[in-house]
Amino acid sequence: MSSSRASRRAAAAARHRLLPGGRLAGPMPWIIAIMMFLTVLSAAAGLALGAAVQAMSADLAGRASVQVVEADAAVRDQLAARTLQALRQASEVRAATPVDPAALADQLRPWLGEDAASADLPVPALIDVTLTPGATEAKVDRLRRLLGSIAPSLRIEPHAAFLLPLAGLLTALGWLAVGVVVLMTVATGAVVVLAARAAHDSHRGTIDVLHLMGSTDVQIARLFQWRIGLDALLGGVLGFAFAVATLLVIGLRLDATGSDLLGAVALDGTGWALLALLPVAGVLLAVITARWTVLRALGRAL
Amino acid sequence: MTRHQSDMTAIVQFENVGLRYGLDSETLSDVSFSLAAGGFYFLTGASGAGKTSLLKLLYLAQRPSRGVIRLFGEDVVTLPRTRLPGFRRRIGVVFQDFRLVPHLSAYDNIALPLRVAGMEEKEIDAPVAEMLSWVGLGDRGQARPATLSGGEQQRVAIARAVIGRPEILVADEPTGNVDADMARRLLTLFEALNRLGTTIVVATHDLPLMSQVTGAQMMRLDKGRLADPTGSLRYPARSRQAE
Repeated sequence: MSSSRASRRAAAAARHRLLPGGRLAGPMPWIIAIMMFLTVLSAAAGLALGAAVQAMSADLAGRASVQVVEADAAVRDQLAARTLQALRQASEVRAATPVDPAALADQLRPWLGEDAASADLPVPALIDVTLTPGATEAKVDRLRRLLGSIAPSLRIEPHAAFLLPLAGLLTALGWLAVGVVVLMTVATGAVVVLAARAAHDSHRGTIDVLHLMGSTDVQIARLFQWRIGLDALLGGVLGFAFAVATLLVIGLRLDATGSDLLGAVALDGTGWALLALLPVAGVLLAVITARWTVLRALGRAL
Repeated sequence: MTRHQSDMTAIVQFENVGLRYGLDSETLSDVSFSLAAGGFYFLTGASGAGKTSLLKLLYLAQRPSRGVIRLFGEDVVTLPRTRLPGFRRRIGVVFQDFRLVPHLSAYDNIALPLRVAGMEEKEIDAPVAEMLSWVGLGDRGQARPATLSGGEQQRVAIARAVIGRPEILVADEPTGNVDADMARRLLTLFEALNRLGTTIVVATHDLPLMSQVTGAQMMRLDKGRLADPTGSLRYPARSRQAE
């Protein structure tokens, strides 16, 4: 067992000697590392933005806010209580929760200063409404009619409407990231084709000798594909490691903002697993492209 | 010997072979001959007569512009290129310019045909060491070609050509860079291989060398045509094994 392993190692070493050039000696691994770094970042952006849009949509789809707009605080409180009661009895509503005026004042404080908590300020009362699942728009329309029958000043706004443009932007950015990944893949393939052609040309003498000794095209192509595959593996691992480090730093920065919206831009386990597949896919792409390129070049000789 | 009998033992057959590079006039014209399995042949002729071109056709580095070439009984002119490696493995070649792989040691250069043939690494060491020793380079196995003299490089090239026990050995001026003693030793190696059944084809200008091999036949090329006044090479000579 160990002697056959030693024999395989010796054969691999002999194959390695046929095409000289040390690991990380040429530009190829470094170019692949840069490509992989950018590809992983783009893919991570695409996945995280996609997840954020999905989470946002799921979160906002069945929710709405009811505003009780009334200048007189006492009337506003009474109206808010009646509205809350009506909403809780409505079949379209799963839950209705009044927003704490103190929390509301806290949210307004950055714009209004300490006056935000003043009773003189006619801040509307807010009620968070969670709808029963399905047909959000129709349910919102029915609730709008119900609220209109209670008081014309009551307004209902579905949350999805607020964030629709943002979701559109995130979706567009996600697709842009996917486009960058595709372009990076094409560019990586092109780099491998050029590297394989250059390697083929620079080892033409060795290839001629191997051919005349009876080497098959596949045997020769295998030498190049493993060499380029190893370069791609080294470059891919390097680029992936740097990209992961960068993503972790960005993740920490996003968490530090304390923003729910930015916090939603995150990678789950599946996202990380997909990213981890990128170096593997990169190596496979390099091996297959190198093999195809060298076989095509060899096919032109006798 | 009848033509039919001769064809039965022919390992190489050329029929009206012509070779033209690009739009130039033919380098080889109407070359026809047969070589018997186990024969020993010298190919001679002035510089530019077409010796190297003929050898290239023989070791399948080139396809002819016209005519038929049969090796081991098969037409190799129309053979798909995917089948050429199998034929090439049966032919050992000593190139005029040695064509050693410069970044490989003498040992690895000699081991190359065995590795190409897929031999296990553990089985390679003994024959390579034996061959190195035989060509007098037992202590230079790890030397790169650039550190070897012309004669030493030539010996490595010869060792590489014969290590796979080819059925045909083609050598282009194999003694051009070695002294008389080494030339004699190389010829002895060729004769030993020939006795084991290998058909030997040596291109050379060295008349004294040719005279040392009894039973060998000579082909002479003159301006791309086979000058064969006796006609003996149109039919294979008897195998030396059969002698």
